[in-house]
Formats: sequence, C-alpha cells, structure tokens
Amino acid sequence: MSALANALSSRISGLRRNDFGAQPLDCWIGRVDGIEESPLPPLFAAWDGRNNRLAWIALHQDDFIERATAAIEKYGASRVALVLGTSTSSIEETERAYRELTPDKHLPPAQRRSEVHQTNSLCSFVQAALGIEGPSLTIATACSSSAKVFASAARLLESGLVDAAIVGGGDSLCGSVLYGFNALELVSRDPCRPFDAERSGLSLGEAAGFALLERIDADKTAPRLVGYGESADAHHMSAPHPQGLGAELALRDALARAGLTPNDVDYINLHGTASRQNDEVEAALVARTFAATTLASSTKGWTGHTLGAAGIVETVITLLSIQQRFVPGTLNSRVLDPACGPQITLDNRNHDIRVALSNSFGFGGNNCCLAFIAGDRS
Amino acid sequence: MNRAIEIAIAGIGIWSPEARNWDEAIAALCRNVEIAPNSTLRPTPSVLPPTERRRAPESVLLGVDVAQQACEMAGIVARDLPHVFASSYGDLPINDYLCETLAQSPLEVSPIRFHNSVHNAPAGYWAIATGCTCSSTAISAGDWTFGAGLLETSLVAASTGQAALLAAYDVPAAGALRDVVACDSKFAVGMVLATQCAAPVARIRIALDNKSAAELASDASVLHASHRDNPAARSLGILQSIARKEPGVVRVPAGPHLTLDVEILPWWT
Repeated sequence: MSALANALSSRISGLRRNDFGAQPLDCWIGRVDGIEESPLPPLFAAWDGRNNRLAWIALHQDDFIERATAAIEKYGASRVALVLGTSTSSIEETERAYRELTPDKHLPPAQRRSEVHQTNSLCSFVQAALGIEGPSLTIATACSSSAKVFASAARLLESGLVDAAIVGGGDSLCGSVLYGFNALELVSRDPCRPFDAERSGLSLGEAAGFALLERIDADKTAPRLVGYGESADAHHMSAPHPQGLGAELALRDALARAGLTPNDVDYINLHGTASRQNDEVEAALVARTFAATTLASSTKGWTGHTLGAAGIVETVITLLSIQQRFVPGTLNSRVLDPACGPQITLDNRNHDIRVALSNSFGFGGNNCCLAFIAGDRS
Repeated sequence: MNRAIEIAIAGIGIWSPEARNWDEAIAALCRNVEIAPNSTLRPTPSVLPPTERRRAPESVLLGVDVAQQACEMAGIVARDLPHVFASSYGDLPINDYLCETLAQSPLEVSPIRFHNSVHNAPAGYWAIATGCTCSSTAISAGDWTFGAGLLETSLVAASTGQAALLAAYDVPAAGALRDVVACDSKFAVGMVLATQCAAPVARIRIALDNKSAAELASDASVLHASHRDNPAARSLGILQSIARKEPGVVRVPAGPHLTLDVEILPWWT
C-alpha cells in the first residue's frame, strides 16, 4: 500500500508499452514485474499460473496473510468467509496449455490440472492457502466483480453465519482480454486518459488485492463499509446505458443503505475507464448528482483497467484517501470532456475525506457502488 | 451457534434433455419415467427475442430458460427480482474457441464471442430481456457452485425481505477442456426464493455444517445417473424430495469443508 500511495502522490504511472506475449498489440499495459520468476510453493503447484501467482504476491503484502491468519484463529476457520472477484481467473494458463496441445489435440500432461482451468481457481487456491472453511465463492461479473464481493460479504456478516470475511480479487494479463478488448475497439494506442476530451480508449492492467472485513466492534478506528448498491443496466452487453440508468440506481442504493445524501460525499473514485461511452455517462451522472465541492477522479491512468480486480484496487485507493486525507487526481488527462462537472479533478488534492465512494461497472451492464466512512478518529 | 435461514421456494424451473420443465422432472424423479434424452435439444426461452434465441450460446439459453420457468411458476414479475446466476465453468465451448483462436490467430478473436465469454453473460442477457435493473450477480464455486448459489441467493432475499432468483446451469466441456472438466451434460435449475410466500412449492431451512463433507445423493433416478458430473445437478437431492413430497434433510455440498443441511419442511396440507 505504501508503494501505491507513493505512486499516487508522486504521479508515477505503472503503465508501459505492451510487452506481453509473442506479438504484442500496439498499446500500453499495467504489468506487474517478477510474476514469471515467482512460481507458487510446491504445496500449491497444482494452482500455479500467472493469476494465482499474482494473488500469492498480493497476499504477502502489508502483513495481510498474518492478519487473515489471526482472524481465522480468533473466530475459527468455519466462521470466516471468502468472497473473491475475478473476470478471467487463470484462463491465461489455459491459453498457455492450448499453445502446447498434443498432436491429437489434448492438453499436455503437465497441464491436466483441473485446479487451474476453471473460473473458481483463484478462490479455491486462496481457500486452500489460508485454510478457510466458511462459505467461499467467486463473483465473476466482469469489471464489477471485486466490488460486489463487499456486498456479498456484508450479507454473510449480517446473517450471523460468519464473523469475518476475506474479500478481494485478482485479474492478470492474458490474451483473451488484450485481443478481446482490441476486437471491440476499446483499447487506446496511448496511455489511457480518463475523462479527457480526446480520450481514445482504455489501457489494460493486472492486479490482485485483499481486505479483511469484521464487525465494527472489532476495531472502531478502522474505516467502515456503510453502503453498497448493485444494479443492472438492462440495456446492452458491452455498452453502458446512455443515461447511466443502472449506474445511478447503484449509486442511490449505496447512499440509501448508508443513510447518506450526495452532499455528504467528499470523494468518489470513479470507474473512469477512458472509453468514450463510459466516461461520458459517468461524468454526466456525477455532474448532475453531487455538490461542486465533492471531489472525483479516475485512477486508471496509474493502474490501467484491471478488470475484475478494479473493485478491490480502487477500494484500496478510496480507503487511502480517507486514511491519508489525500485525493489522487486523474493522471495522463489534460483537458476534461465538456460532460464533466466541477467535481472531477485532474490534479492531486490534500483534503479531509470522511465519506468516499467507489464506482465499478462491467460488461452485461453490471454496476456496483460502495460507500465507505472513516472510523473513529482520535 | 450457527443460525439457520428459513425460506420459501416460490417457483422452480428445470431444463435437461430428459426433463424440460418441472412437470417432466416430477415424472422423472417420482416415477423414474424414461424420457429419451436428445442431446441436440436446446432450450428455447420465449423471453429472449427470436434472433437471440437462435444465436445465443447454450449457457445463456439454459440459464435464461430455467429463470423464466421459475418466475412464471412463482407468479412474480421477472423485472422485480434480484438474480444470481451460478455456473461452475461458464461457457466451455466459448472458452475452447477463445483459447484455440488465441493459439492460432489471435487477431481473429470475435468481439461478440469475447463479450459472450464473460461469466455474467447469461445474467446480462436475462436482465436485458426482462428489463430487470435489480442486482445481477454471476458466481462460481467449482464443484460446490449450486450450494454456494443457493446460500448467496437466500441471503440476497433475506437482506431485502423480498424474493430473489437463482439460476444454476452448466454445459458440457468442449475440445481439449474435456481432459480436465468431467461435465458432459446439460443441466439447469431455477428457483425463486422468497422470505414470504402464500403458496410456495416448498419451504426449506438451510444450516451450515462443517463437520463432514456431503455425499452425492445415492438415489438413482434417471436424472441423477445422467448428470452425475454436472455441478448444477447437485440440486437434484432437493428437487427429488420436493417432487416426492418427502420432508427431511438433504445434504448439499457447498465447499471442500462445508455442507448445507437443507431441511425440506412439510409445506402441503
């Protein structure tokens, strides 16, 4: 988290020219260094692949695995849930296996690992690695996946079935998304410029992240999830509703559940992919809903669009804004689209943030908005 | 310590080549009536526009068909229902196509097949077809997907005090994925779960059990035998108890160390 905070405050982007795969497309990506040289420990070799390696690296950041283990010891393995979001899980490993098919079109023997060639691979790996015995599931709703995990975990906690939940998610670079988004003509040749009048599409990235959720009494100084909103656009599989119908429903639902009004919101981490349509719709929604004093930005100029990991990555950034009283701007962008209101900031700001939202929208018209509030401050 | 969730099943939908609706399923589960399976059959959910019914991937047809059946039996307007679409593997033929194309000629990836490859494609088509703007979720939990979906949907319904829709489906593996995915059949089940329901199909009480892993239901109906490797068919124990009006506890696997004890409560008079 300190590396992320440093990159945000010093405005250093993680994007680089695409160097992923044999014949890289002409675009920019957010690529994590060192994954190729970091195989999983032998105990977990069946799950080895880029996405689970990335998750393993993330689990070992910021003492997360120690905190998670302590929670499991405190409450018992069966009283801790695991809800993880991913869009493509470890399909990168399946792509690799298909490049090495035997002459009679079978997977090579070393790739006959059911653990890795399925949607639930990430979740089953983390479940085994942490020894979680409570309810465990993958939410795979494209780019809203690891935002919706917070809603699912909140319901599990509310039900009394568990006492803690580990949430998060991960998505790694793979041919499916690079060539798939390219086929949809949504990828920019230049580093993405969210909300810029001349934006030309998104930059893809990879990330994994985790959070430990407990009831408020467990730590009154910790930031709190106070609301979540989930909705569907009911409009189109790969384009947002032109008036932002579903995005607005998710936003209103999150605020209502939190008992907040738009005027209470200090900062919004926007979905802001830098696609023409998403940013136009989201900018108009923010402009018509929030006070001019609310700050809003997209941080995808730093990270790229990490797809199913965007929810957890941007939740972490949203929580950093509360903790560090700091709002990242919108990196790479120069001139804001006329649809933007006064809320969207290009520059970083130092500002006391008490209430912050994070927006995540995905294919299928799938929307999620999370509302967070600062914990007790001394 | 563990709390139980009590909930009504307001409507059921089912699609397999042997039983294309709840009435056919009752016949198969109660009387073991053999209906000659026809693996070329596809569901034809009328809620989809004709062009999409023709072009949609089988995963979409299966999920949408049982969702529509369950809503119709429950007499609940689909657009008012938060929904959870649960599939272990998603659309395996599309994944096979994507991986094969990426290995041969990546620039030829079809944009439509790419956006149909997302795990929430069936949920997205459902929301679009029904005009439903409620929460729309797509999940996987490997072999334990049906149990995880039943719990997730029950909690969605409980958290709102309203009803929620579950559609669980899996399609046969394709291409080289057959080497690692045993699923070789089409099976889908839909359930409308409601906290309050005047005339339910059944009432259930769900409790978590971490003490032992569930065994597959041993009762060898035609459907059990045909769909042993289809994760959505882990619902068959519940469906059989309801079809036969046999109250009791059905154990549904929900994880490597987790079982749902689903008690089918006497609900008929």
